[in-house]
Amino acid sequence: MKLDAKIPAGPIQDKWDKHRFELKLVNPANKRKFEIIVVGTGLAGGAAAATMAELGYNVKNFCIQDSPRRAHSIAAQGGINAAKNYQNDGDSIWRLFYDTVKGGDFRAREANVYRLAQVSRNIIDQGVAQGIPFAREYGGQLANRSFGGAQVSRTFYARGQTGQQLLLGAYSSLSRQVAAGKVKMYPRQEMLDVVLVNGKARGIVTRNLVSGEIEKHAAHAVVLATGGYGNVFFLSTNAMNCNVNAAFRAYRRGAFFGNPCYTQIHPTCIPVHGTYQSKLTLMSESLRNDGRVWVPKNPGDKRAPGDIPESERFYYLEEKYPSFGNLVPRDVASRNAKEQCDAGRGVGETGLAVYLDFADAIKRDGEDVIGRKYGNLFQMYEKITAQDPYKVPMMIYPAVHYTMGGLWVDYNLMTTVPGLFATGECNFSDHGANRLGASALMQGLADGYFVIPYTIGGYLASESIENVTTDHPAFKDSLSYVNDRINKLLAVNGKRTVDDFHRQLGQIMWDYCGMARNNEGLDKAKGMIQELRAEFWENVIVPGETNDVNQSLEKAGRVADFMEFAELMVTDARHRQESCGGHFNEGFQTGESEALRDDENFCYAAAWESKGLDAEPELHREPLTFEHVKLTQRSYK
Amino acid sequence: MTAKNINLTLKVWRQNGPEDKGRFENYEAKDISTDMSFLEMLDVVNEKLTLEGREPIAFDSDCREGPICQCGSVVNGRPHGHEKGTTLCQLHMRHFDDGDTIAIEPFRARAFKVLKDLMVDRGALDKIIQAGGYISVNAGGAPDANSIPIPQDVAEKAMDAAACIGCGACVAACPNASAMLFTSAKVSQLALLPQGKPEAAKRAITMVRAMDALGFGNCTNERECEAECPKEISIINIARMNREFLKASFFSDVM
Ligand SMILES: Cc1cc2nc3c(=O)[nH]c(=O)nc-3n(C[C@H](O)[C@H](O)[C@H](O)COP(=O)(O)OP(=O)(O)OC[C@H]3O[C@@H](n4cnc5c(N)ncnc54)[C@H](O)[C@@H]3O)c2cc1C
Repeated sequence: MKLDAKIPAGPIQDKWDKHRFELKLVNPANKRKFEIIVVGTGLAGGAAAATMAELGYNVKNFCIQDSPRRAHSIAAQGGINAAKNYQNDGDSIWRLFYDTVKGGDFRAREANVYRLAQVSRNIIDQGVAQGIPFAREYGGQLANRSFGGAQVSRTFYARGQTGQQLLLGAYSSLSRQVAAGKVKMYPRQEMLDVVLVNGKARGIVTRNLVSGEIEKHAAHAVVLATGGYGNVFFLSTNAMNCNVNAAFRAYRRGAFFGNPCYTQIHPTCIPVHGTYQSKLTLMSESLRNDGRVWVPKNPGDKRAPGDIPESERFYYLEEKYPSFGNLVPRDVASRNAKEQCDAGRGVGETGLAVYLDFADAIKRDGEDVIGRKYGNLFQMYEKITAQDPYKVPMMIYPAVHYTMGGLWVDYNLMTTVPGLFATGECNFSDHGANRLGASALMQGLADGYFVIPYTIGGYLASESIENVTTDHPAFKDSLSYVNDRINKLLAVNGKRTVDDFHRQLGQIMWDYCGMARNNEGLDKAKGMIQELRAEFWENVIVPGETNDVNQSLEKAGRVADFMEFAELMVTDARHRQESCGGHFNEGFQTGESEALRDDENFCYAAAWESKGLDAEPELHREPLTFEHVKLTQRSYK
Repeated sequence: MTAKNINLTLKVWRQNGPEDKGRFENYEAKDISTDMSFLEMLDVVNEKLTLEGREPIAFDSDCREGPICQCGSVVNGRPHGHEKGTTLCQLHMRHFDDGDTIAIEPFRARAFKVLKDLMVDRGALDKIIQAGGYISVNAGGAPDANSIPIPQDVAEKAMDAAACIGCGACVAACPNASAMLFTSAKVSQLALLPQGKPEAAKRAITMVRAMDALGFGNCTNERECEAECPKEISIINIARMNREFLKASFFSDVM
């Protein structure tokens, strides 16, 4: 199978307009004859479900949580980018496009990124119209802040709750469509398989998380908006229920997986403090606007931060990157923190932390101003650590945060399985090898409000899609596959808990496929994952039954998929013999320890085709061509 | 602050399903680090139960940072525990003492069904929003975001109300199990903003009606909701909603 990204011809500025014109339309009366399944109610899924319903389609919308409002998107704090240029500081669609392609270390598709920058403006308009209380200036205009990887102020925010407010906006539109009868909600349902009929995605099989019943749902097309897979590392900033299973089941059914090894390690998180720890807490990147990152100059310096004089502090980001300073992109900031800690300059009990210091900002602006900007973040920090950032510097360390990889999709956001679409973090599309801060919310909403509602129409109008019900044998096959797997998990009755296995898998991934990787480690990790997976299926203990609430069973199913998926990540990381963005192979670095790309051989998106559990996946390459942004060594100096 | 380890006795509500009567069961939680969050402490207890071949305690949780608020239980009689302005996942064990006994039960209200142990069905809150907690605007047609200036203090007030995470603690705290604080937060967020004004009156009426129909109680100004709200949503919102509601009853034909 040859990959076709279906990028429209013509000048980049006109591609999206032209494409929308060329896409076939479904006439309004026919829209109500189509059923669309949307899995996920985050920004990407909630926006897509609401908008397609507004257009007239019948939507079935699924999520794991008890309410669509509780998707993980709600946890996003910092902000959302848009090329509004309200600050008159030189921003434009072109600059946002350029920054995103460069920030992604030249591993994203230009045409997609350009479209993203274009529709970014509409997102803010839509949000304000929905009643999202974005931060404002005294004159009543919208306020902006800067985020890493950009030298303009283009980030819109709502205190430290931007994701919450954007999601509640999408949720309100969704609720309106539920009331109108155009969306049927299925909360507390977990998709466990996608069903293909004649090669097209025609439905899903889910487990009702309350009754335990396995359900079949048919539709004319399926949209996956199931978020990222950061929890393969066990510890991450993602919510506990984030998983890979929907995307991974799609992969096993024929959808190619794009760039699974591209993971983002966020530089500003609260450091790990105990083995019982269940997740890591992000401190928003916006803090780097005013906080200064430093470590003691002398390795092993155990004095309290206040006792270390200026002359003995190393503000390593400011010194190494004078033009971006503390606002370098995430991958650069994270790697530098690791480098300092590896050199023995780390602080705190574990030595795996660096300072983020607000003393100068407070001196300059006063506690009031700083409090207004970051008060709730400071409060959250204090709740967790019992330390007051107004008085002592925060301690931070990088943590797994976001996954740029995901299901491979074409320009229409369709996977390699016809009728199966992927939006938001669950696809691989727009961020290349590294995502800039405040761009995930933008992408999720761009996909949901402004891209998929058009492109899905193009698919539905041009394909002949026969009527299929859940009585079709393909649904029965899928159902029995799902039941077998559940019964197998319950039958092991071993000696180790699911969390115990998950923690060990996460450690392997963090050690060998985390912030820095090397060939030897990756080879080793592959063997370790295979062994752990074998042990999992012989020794896991899953109490309870299937026909009841069973959270252990839910977790076990997710970890079972992570066990297979981890190997795919390692395979991808091992094959990419270069460093780029979030993928840093120690064998490939510049003299200044920056990621060294190999554009000659690796300027492509890797799309992996499953050949089953026991065979190596097959690599397909989508060549990336850069006509508008010149391929250069990224520099933030 | 350095962590130490403490031992606790937990009295946990166990209930097999909505039809089951339910009962408290006792568990020992040993060697709990004071750096742990409350939910991490429950994780530790659950790991032990699992290894002993017993069924772990069912409780919801997701982000463990506050905003998703999939979690939420009543701890020693207080929704989300005794720390002010704190969700259960942000409550740390350093706020408990060695030897404490802690009672943990689900949020209780007529409109919330217990699904299992500490898990409840809060779907009724979604239904209140469906009854009008939105601005009727389709994707695509919005004017430029800066075309209507909104004074900063108005935006801030709307934001104060919008901070509600829909956890249901206000309902659990209220002697009448009323959802007034939740409903009024949404009504007043949207009524404050120019974009929400056209539908403000109708919204107040349809949402309050839905709330009543779903089995939530009346507001008798007990103020427990405000005291227990992890996001410290103010009861000023209830006054604002009442105003909208009255205006609507006098002047609109929605009634
Ligand atoms: C702590 C934190 C802070 C962040 N801050 C920012 C920020 O400031 N700015 C920014 O741009 N980005 C930020 N991000 C990233 C951003 O929040 C996410 O990338 C984005 O919200 C993902 O949205 P989504 O709609 O793709 O997925 P999600 O919001 O994760 O939604 C996934 C949905 O899919 C459902 N689902 C998943 N699997 C299944 C299944 N098998 N069956 C049924 N349903 C399923 C879930 O229930 C949920 O409804 C942050 C991320 C984190 C972790």
